Amino acid sequence: MTPILEVSGVTKSFGGVVANHNITLNVPEGSITGLIGPNGSGKTTLFNSIVGFHPIDSGSVTFEERDISRLRVADVARLGLLRTFQQTRIYGKMSCMQNMEISVPHTHEGLRTMFSKYPPEVTERAEELLEFVGLYPKRHLRAGELSFGQQKLLELAMALMNGPKLLLLDEPTAGVNPVLINSLIDRLKRINSEIGITLFVIEHNMRVIMDLAVHIYCLAHGQLLAEGPPDEIRTDQRVINAYLGAH
Amino acid sequence: MTDTTRRVLPYALIGIAGLLAPVIAPAYVIQLALLWMMVLFALTWDLCGGQMGYNSFGNILFFGIGCYIPAVMQRELFYGLEEYETVKRQVSTVSSSEYFTGFALGMALAIVIAVAVAAVLGSGILGLRGHYFAIATLGLGIAAGEIASGWEYIGAGSGMLAPMYPGEANARGIFFYYLLFLLAVICFFTLKWLYAGRFGLAINAIRDDEDKAEAMGIHTTRYKTVAWCVSAFFLALAGGAFGHLNNFIDRDVAFPGATFGVWMVLMAILGGKGTIWGPVIGATVFHVTQELFWTYLFGWQRVALGLLIVVIVVFFPVGIMGWLRERWPEKFGERVDVEARTAPVSLGESR
Amino acid sequence: MLENLTLLYEAPILSVQLLIDGVLIGAIFALAAYGMALVWGVMDIINIAQGEFVMLGGYVTFLLATHAGVHPLLTVPAAAAALFILGWLLYRLVVFRIVGKDMFISILATFGISILLQQLANELFGADVQTAESGLGTLFFADDMITVEETKLVAFGLALAVGGILFLFLRQSRLGQAIRATAQNARAARIMGINTDRVYATTFALNAAICGAAGSLVVMTWLIHPYLGLAYTLRSFMIVIVAGLGSIGGVVFASLGLGAAENFAGFILGTEYQAAFVFSLLVVILVWRNFRLSRQRKYLK
Repeated sequence: MTPILEVSGVTKSFGGVVANHNITLNVPEGSITGLIGPNGSGKTTLFNSIVGFHPIDSGSVTFEERDISRLRVADVARLGLLRTFQQTRIYGKMSCMQNMEISVPHTHEGLRTMFSKYPPEVTERAEELLEFVGLYPKRHLRAGELSFGQQKLLELAMALMNGPKLLLLDEPTAGVNPVLINSLIDRLKRINSEIGITLFVIEHNMRVIMDLAVHIYCLAHGQLLAEGPPDEIRTDQRVINAYLGAH
Repeated sequence: MTDTTRRVLPYALIGIAGLLAPVIAPAYVIQLALLWMMVLFALTWDLCGGQMGYNSFGNILFFGIGCYIPAVMQRELFYGLEEYETVKRQVSTVSSSEYFTGFALGMALAIVIAVAVAAVLGSGILGLRGHYFAIATLGLGIAAGEIASGWEYIGAGSGMLAPMYPGEANARGIFFYYLLFLLAVICFFTLKWLYAGRFGLAINAIRDDEDKAEAMGIHTTRYKTVAWCVSAFFLALAGGAFGHLNNFIDRDVAFPGATFGVWMVLMAILGGKGTIWGPVIGATVFHVTQELFWTYLFGWQRVALGLLIVVIVVFFPVGIMGWLRERWPEKFGERVDVEARTAPVSLGESR
Repeated sequence: MLENLTLLYEAPILSVQLLIDGVLIGAIFALAAYGMALVWGVMDIINIAQGEFVMLGGYVTFLLATHAGVHPLLTVPAAAAALFILGWLLYRLVVFRIVGKDMFISILATFGISILLQQLANELFGADVQTAESGLGTLFFADDMITVEETKLVAFGLALAVGGILFLFLRQSRLGQAIRATAQNARAARIMGINTDRVYATTFALNAAICGAAGSLVVMTWLIHPYLGLAYTLRSFMIVIVAGLGSIGGVVFASLGLGAAENFAGFILGTEYQAAFVFSLLVVILVWRNFRLSRQRKYLK
């Protein structure tokens, strides 16, 4: 499988703190790849570096064989590389349906499209996807009224609405009702297999990530510590030590 | 009453009232014309402030541009600076056709310049967020006024006179009444149309979370600039009408930041930010109150207006529409049946 | 404009004069700006009525000097005291309601207060320009090419003294420490038993008092009228943006710089454009700072 995303030698520091040091990894097209690591190991910083949320100090990020290291968030998103936020971000004062409708892809948007109305297909697709994440009965509520876990699901649906090629998910199951987690894992797998979106997932819940990902990278102290298939990672002494706090 | 009649009725009533008002109350035609101008102010402010979350104190800039340009255009076309100076700034008379050609061309140029200024300044200023944007626009509006009061070409501190309106004494009021009425109606429906589509949702998204909007690939800068340009478009027209209605134009008429500039904000907030009817209602309530102040508090009306601002902002920030929405949310297209709110989220059954 | 520049080039002594005048007024800007930074930092409120406090302080001195015959220099404490009371009252009546609210609400509410005070002053004192003569002489330097009014020097010194006292107050006194604690973390301060409401009231009143003192110096050295407030507010804002919250050295430096820049601009562009320069400069500085940050994909917060 060819990599859809290649991160090579990415370094990012804030003041004196090196949050990412010389990180090299790649995400094969069509895969579900995991990213784990203890708190503060630089996972979210890496996501931010990839999507251009802040400029990186050195290294490069390549998406579909195109260098995107210098691009800004919106340009990267329009290329089909989207991310969700750990602290969910939705448009709180708009209804769930409106949240979905505005999440259509914004490539090739001239003045004509800016002022256009949404065609019925968009509404249909939005309803379908809300159904897919189980929020259909709540589609006319203000998004800000949903619980945290429900907002997480809405954010996922919005990302799908945008039709990305690669989706970076920052802790998709955090805050979601535990009863729903199994079916959410199933949904994520279907997103990957049926809709065909490559997933790169940060996850703290080990059971979830072991079940979901085919390949896992582990960060610690801003550096790449280990990588491999779930079974290897599970038994890797370095990973266990990192999580238990030994050095 | 069917749904359609219920929907059309308010428009019909307002439309008829608007058309007949100068006939019914000819003595108040100027105040009524200003009412429509207030509606324009509140609507255009709310486009950026309420719908997009960019609270501007400087929209008066576009109004001022609109004020001056038609008058300058008439002067340049039909009598020139020299004659204007030699008649010692007395009211110049031009023929009826000259007056209206000059006015129309001036309005067109005012639109072009105001929109261009909004586009050019917007690229820098709309990058500022929150209170930085508010203060920057405040500075912008005042700076424009200061430049106008120093620039000899447009009369500097002593201002300039528009040419005499061709026609009877009260014809001017009636003409500009209908012009402002028409502009307000066009503005209302333009915004209503804009809010109903992608544009409306995009600027709402920018208001709710601009970083998220960017992360989703929305061309935020483009939407913001266009929104400001739309405001500038209508404000320039309102300014052109007001300048000629007032006949005399100087810094205080064209760039009244502490009155019109703040009132715009206040009217939108009073009526309810982020709604289409809010600004209309807010402008009406405010204008009537303001006129009453003028009548009954002679001398102290401006003090009372300052007090009114504080009271509204501190005690009633949700506005009339916001309050109504809290009381009767279902009337606002929100379906808040308890069922939907408490419905369990299930992922299992939809396979 | 060009001939003014040539003039400056040919007679460099003029530049010295402009610089001195600018720096002397800059110290007064620093007072208002420091007050704004204080309220902003502690209460998270941008006070648009800042300039009106300056204006009212000026009227206190003007009234005492012209009607009661007090020497203007002696009225500085009175102006500060009067404004302290006004600030306290405003806090108790209105401002306490907007602490912790959206920043825009605070801007708009204080804008309302600003208009209220401005119009009140207009009704009470009239729209005329006023000054209070201190009766001090003028110093001459460099073959009488440079003139420095003694009042301006005294005002400069007083401004620095007021700033110094305030600095020491915030550093050393218990109340000052409470203010700084509240600025850092209001919730923690409340938990530790600090009455943050009192702290806010004091801060706001203190700010008004500083502005009052500044206004008193303004009426002695320059002039006042009911409508000059907004210019002082926006100058303060600009200085705080450049200097940052909580850097007293930065505030002084930026203020003196602004005073000088304004004077030069007034000379080169003509005094009719001096105000336009100040307000445009505010916009330019904001946009420039934001542009610099945007290269880091950040924005002014």
